[in-house]
Amino acid sequence: MNLVRFGLDGLRAMASGGAAYWRWLGALAAVVAAGLFAYAGQLQQGMVVTGMSDQVSWGFYIANFAFLVGIAAAAVLLVIPAYLFHRGDVKQVVIFGEALAVAAVVAAMLFVTVDIGRPERIWHMLPVVGRFNWPLSMLAWDVVVLVGYLLLNLGLPAYVLHARWRGEEPVTARYFPVVIVAIFWAVSIHTVTAFLFSANAGRPLWHSALLAPRFIASAFASGPALIIVALLALRRWGGLAVKQTVIDLLAVVMTVALQISLFFVGVELFTDFYNETTHAASMRYLFFGLAGAGKLQPWIWTALALNVVAVVILSIHPLRRTPRLLVLACGLVFLGIWIEKGMGLVVPGYIPTPLGEIFEYAPTWREWLVSAGIWACGALVFTLLAKAALAIETGRARARPAADLKAS
Amino acid sequence: MSRQPDSDPPDRDGQGFNTFRRRFLAGVATAGGAVVTAHATGAWGGQTLQDAMGSLLQDHYQRMTKDEIHAALERIERNARRRYGVDARCEDLPPLPNTVFGYALNISKCKGYRDCVEACVKENNLGRDSQMQYIRVLQMPDGTMDLEKAEHYYDAKQVPVPGHWYLPVQCMQCDNPPCVKACPTKATWKEPDGIVVVDYDWCIGCRYCMTACPYWARHFNWTEPQIPAAEFNPNLNYLGNRPRPKGVVEKCHFCSQRARKGRQPACQEACPTGARVFGNLLDPKSEIRWVLENKNVFRLKEDLGTEPKFWYFSDDRVSRA
Repeated sequence: MNLVRFGLDGLRAMASGGAAYWRWLGALAAVVAAGLFAYAGQLQQGMVVTGMSDQVSWGFYIANFAFLVGIAAAAVLLVIPAYLFHRGDVKQVVIFGEALAVAAVVAAMLFVTVDIGRPERIWHMLPVVGRFNWPLSMLAWDVVVLVGYLLLNLGLPAYVLHARWRGEEPVTARYFPVVIVAIFWAVSIHTVTAFLFSANAGRPLWHSALLAPRFIASAFASGPALIIVALLALRRWGGLAVKQTVIDLLAVVMTVALQISLFFVGVELFTDFYNETTHAASMRYLFFGLAGAGKLQPWIWTALALNVVAVVILSIHPLRRTPRLLVLACGLVFLGIWIEKGMGLVVPGYIPTPLGEIFEYAPTWREWLVSAGIWACGALVFTLLAKAALAIETGRARARPAADLKAS
Repeated sequence: MSRQPDSDPPDRDGQGFNTFRRRFLAGVATAGGAVVTAHATGAWGGQTLQDAMGSLLQDHYQRMTKDEIHAALERIERNARRRYGVDARCEDLPPLPNTVFGYALNISKCKGYRDCVEACVKENNLGRDSQMQYIRVLQMPDGTMDLEKAEHYYDAKQVPVPGHWYLPVQCMQCDNPPCVKACPTKATWKEPDGIVVVDYDWCIGCRYCMTACPYWARHFNWTEPQIPAAEFNPNLNYLGNRPRPKGVVEKCHFCSQRARKGRQPACQEACPTGARVFGNLLDPKSEIRWVLENKNVFRLKEDLGTEPKFWYFSDDRVSRA
């Protein structure tokens, strides 16, 4: 009964808000609806409506998926200082980081779902009922780590919020082991996602031990970028008391991670181009074009430019501490890493093909629309979770004492 | 017609669900059978509701009972008749005992005519609109093995082009296939005779196997495959050339519908120059064994450790130790 009332209170908080709140939800719902419409067409006609082909068999959807898993993993950057180092300022907002992780994992899973040719057979992946190829398939590993991470990021905040809702302090001994698991798990989700690509010996661009470290470094740059913006938005429109020290901490982490990420990019460029072998063909295609084809060049050079401008802003302390410039840098990092890890990594892995064919890819309008719908869905999930959490954190939603219940 | 699964013992843990599935299908059969008539099939992708539900809830091939396989084969035959007006016969051909198939290709004989490609398309009921082809013949400049210098879309009427040699590539039926490892649902596996097969009703269409394959040998049905009824090959094998639905991956299976009946694959029969040698690697008297023992052979991308069962050789400059 207690848990049901807790859940109902959460739902009630989600369903109450001002006109601006409902306009925001309505706008997101409209984008979701447009995405659903585009997806319905894909289901009906087949995946031929995407820009993908036998040559480039994963495209925009998986690119977004890889990026979003990184966003989800980055929630750990709040979890570690909050629960491990007992930073009070971070502890106040850690739940919103976890809500962001939930939203990102949900969106990542949706991106995999829309990329599947036979979504109605997805139950084949369930253990027992289906035939799950675990531990051999890296995709099976990804399912395990993502589902586990989703549960951890739902369970941990639910416990903490439930305690607050009852007016108690959460018992450290109860949640601390889960926190430790969650920290390792966060790193694992992005490592496994990197392994999904680097496991393919026949795809030289990905077949590198540096891929997982690169994934983690870029995630720890793009993740904080989104968390900072989300926290600032919650401070402005949600009335959440976010201390500036939290923003500063995230900004420093983002700065260092972006520096390391760019260093890794340089390392790969050197190895590929100092003594250029045929293994560097994808890299050459990506940056300079190959045999007259080079559709990805604008993408990757834009990504590089965004990241370089961002790293300059972030590395100069007075600039980083200027709120407007920090938000600008967050936007640049977010967009820069989104391109670098998506169109700049997934797609060129397929060009040229293992048989040397150069066949280019560009997302179709349908892929853009479906993707926008999924991003809006993620934003919707975050908004609703954050709304409920805000109500409990600020004490607006509270378990009523037993005496009150009897009276009513 | 049917056979017991022999590579994996059937899982026992899925029993509860299996019982549910069978009861459900029986229910649909009795309730829907009377209502659903032939002209009501449009809503179910050209099938009856019963057939649509049957393939939706179908178990993995290796877990199906004899009766379930029988029902699946009849479903395929019914759908072929409905869609193409063809009386097809679909079998579930078991791997032959003491047989592991291998292929060898003489690159000094191959002139790039692509007859193998055309024969393969017809034999295996490949989608015509999608131009899916299991075999890709590469036109290579003399003096290089660099695949990135290959011409994929040359004119087969102009061959052989001077200064070039031809390299046909198809599924290598690897002994250590990366595609099988990659599949998250075990929808593809290596049979005892070495052929890597796909259960088209179990594949979810994630295309990870295509990403994993270093030979570009796997292909996806981006849309419903279109086959001219007049050219439909009615001699079908369940894990082979039966019609595939959209949204799933398929691949070369050494013409299992022929090979498992002691015949040669369509590409071997069609080759006008006799460049192709196909046979049982376990038979010491087979032609393929003679080639492997007496010719200088090589395999494509051997360094990746995939152990292809597809060898290339040349008549020229045979060195004898």
